Amino acid sequence: MDAAPARLDVARVRQDFPILATTVHGRPLVFLDSGASAQKPRAVIEAMTRCMETAYANVHRGAYRLSELATEAYEAARAAAQRFLGAEHAEEIVFTRNSTEAFNLVAHSFGRALLKPGQAVLVSEMEHHANLVPWQMLRDAGRGIGLRVVRVTDQGELDLDDLARHLSRGDVGLVSVTHMSNVLGTVTPASAIARMAHAAGARVMFDGSQAAVHRAVDVRAIGADFYAFTGHKLYGPTGIGVLYARRELLEAMPPFLGGGDMIETVTLERSTWAAPPARFEAGTPAIVEAVGLHAAIDYVNALGMEAIEAHERDLVEHACATLAQVKGLALLGAPQDRGGVFSFALEGVHPHDLATFLDRRGICVRAGRHCAEPLHARFGLEGGTARASFGLYTTRGEIDALAAALDAARGFFA
Amino acid sequence: MSTEAAGFEELRDLYQEVILDHGRRPRNHLRLDPCDASARGDNPMCGDRVELFLRFAPDGRIARAAFLGRGCAVSQASASLLTETVPGLTPAEAKALAARLREMARTGARDESTEALARLSALSGVHEFPSRVKCATLAWHALEAALDGVKEASSE
Repeated sequence: MDAAPARLDVARVRQDFPILATTVHGRPLVFLDSGASAQKPRAVIEAMTRCMETAYANVHRGAYRLSELATEAYEAARAAAQRFLGAEHAEEIVFTRNSTEAFNLVAHSFGRALLKPGQAVLVSEMEHHANLVPWQMLRDAGRGIGLRVVRVTDQGELDLDDLARHLSRGDVGLVSVTHMSNVLGTVTPASAIARMAHAAGARVMFDGSQAAVHRAVDVRAIGADFYAFTGHKLYGPTGIGVLYARRELLEAMPPFLGGGDMIETVTLERSTWAAPPARFEAGTPAIVEAVGLHAAIDYVNALGMEAIEAHERDLVEHACATLAQVKGLALLGAPQDRGGVFSFALEGVHPHDLATFLDRRGICVRAGRHCAEPLHARFGLEGGTARASFGLYTTRGEIDALAAALDAARGFFA
Repeated sequence: MSTEAAGFEELRDLYQEVILDHGRRPRNHLRLDPCDASARGDNPMCGDRVELFLRFAPDGRIARAAFLGRGCAVSQASASLLTETVPGLTPAEAKALAARLREMARTGARDESTEALARLSALSGVHEFPSRVKCATLAWHALEAALDGVKEASSE
């Protein structure tokens, strides 16, 4: 195979996404909400259709050709996710519904069985609710497991000094933080965080929902014990997510959900658990969605994660320069290493009014608190922000269109 | 360009001058202390909030209405218009008005049969924006809650 191309041919890439040719309110679609959910390339759509038309049956069950084909496709998707994350073993990949389910799985299984009373989980102020609420539920389950929060600096960076202070108390069992903030765009220093956590005897989990889309991820290089991402933000379908966990951890963890496929033997009195990853995949899994995720991973790999990252760094640089020219615009955070996510407040215009105004110009942005209410409170923006987030198909021209529309919005409202 | 122009027309239907004006300069924007009834309306999805205060006249009619809150132009303008519209109404009349307002926001059917409804017809443009209907109705949910003696309401 040839080396990944150094540059992304964005015009050509855009032709792979049928929805980008549509219009909204008579305007060309300018989709700047990929951080919430990304659009789908034809390769993903067709792979899922092909699976249902030619190779669909339940997996791990039927001793017949179609079921074998479906099982092969499902396990091939697992192997693709393994390679995508740089995991050592395919058995370290558990398919979940999304990142949220991955956090719930770890909180419920690892949290209840392997954390000890008196230990604490450490999250940060910039977590998505998916990496906060499951730990609050664990804390409140009466098992004596605490929950503490690492501060975020005014620049929007994880405060590593504060992380060190918390770890020095010696009671932290798990550090669970984002690898890239869905609000600030901050890419966190994952391997440094993992080193600090391990030195303090803690395990470490990363929320890769945003990071895995924008950067090449290598869980072994990072030193992650757990790593979660979701298919639908990676240009794949909804309903499929990935939890990576070190094999020895998964082997020590009890099941999350009970049912078919996750057992070894069952009598009416008791059951014994299957080995990982089957232990954590109760019931019929998202077979077609796994095939779609595989196609999405193949798609971004063919473009090259390095080429995607380079394109997005160019977009981030352009957006920083362009948005700085918009009068009355205040960006949330100014991290050194930023992925393609910008949250902002526009003087005199409420984010929801702004989102409605932009929509009439074909521009899709998210308005609100982006499932990160505590972070907005920390920056004194309880009313929320508007957020533009980029995908591999985003162009400089779309950022210019956003900036022009923001100026127009101030004229309209303020 | 015609669909584009239509899109802009809808935007003007939503953000009529009266909405923009009340959104920028909300009327009766204060806490009534003491008050006879109050309730808070929250929209948990977007963080919009309206806290409504009512005082009653000796005959039981609403004598004064005021609000505090934060949120988009539509939610704040709707609350502001509410405080100008409900004084003089009995609680039953105010609740009937709230029900009509919600219907208008949902369907866009303008009803100018009374002076109060005519004033509020500016809010009917919201029906073209399904995700924004709850912004227009938030204050009215709070009004119903206050009249029913409930402390919190949600437009979800």
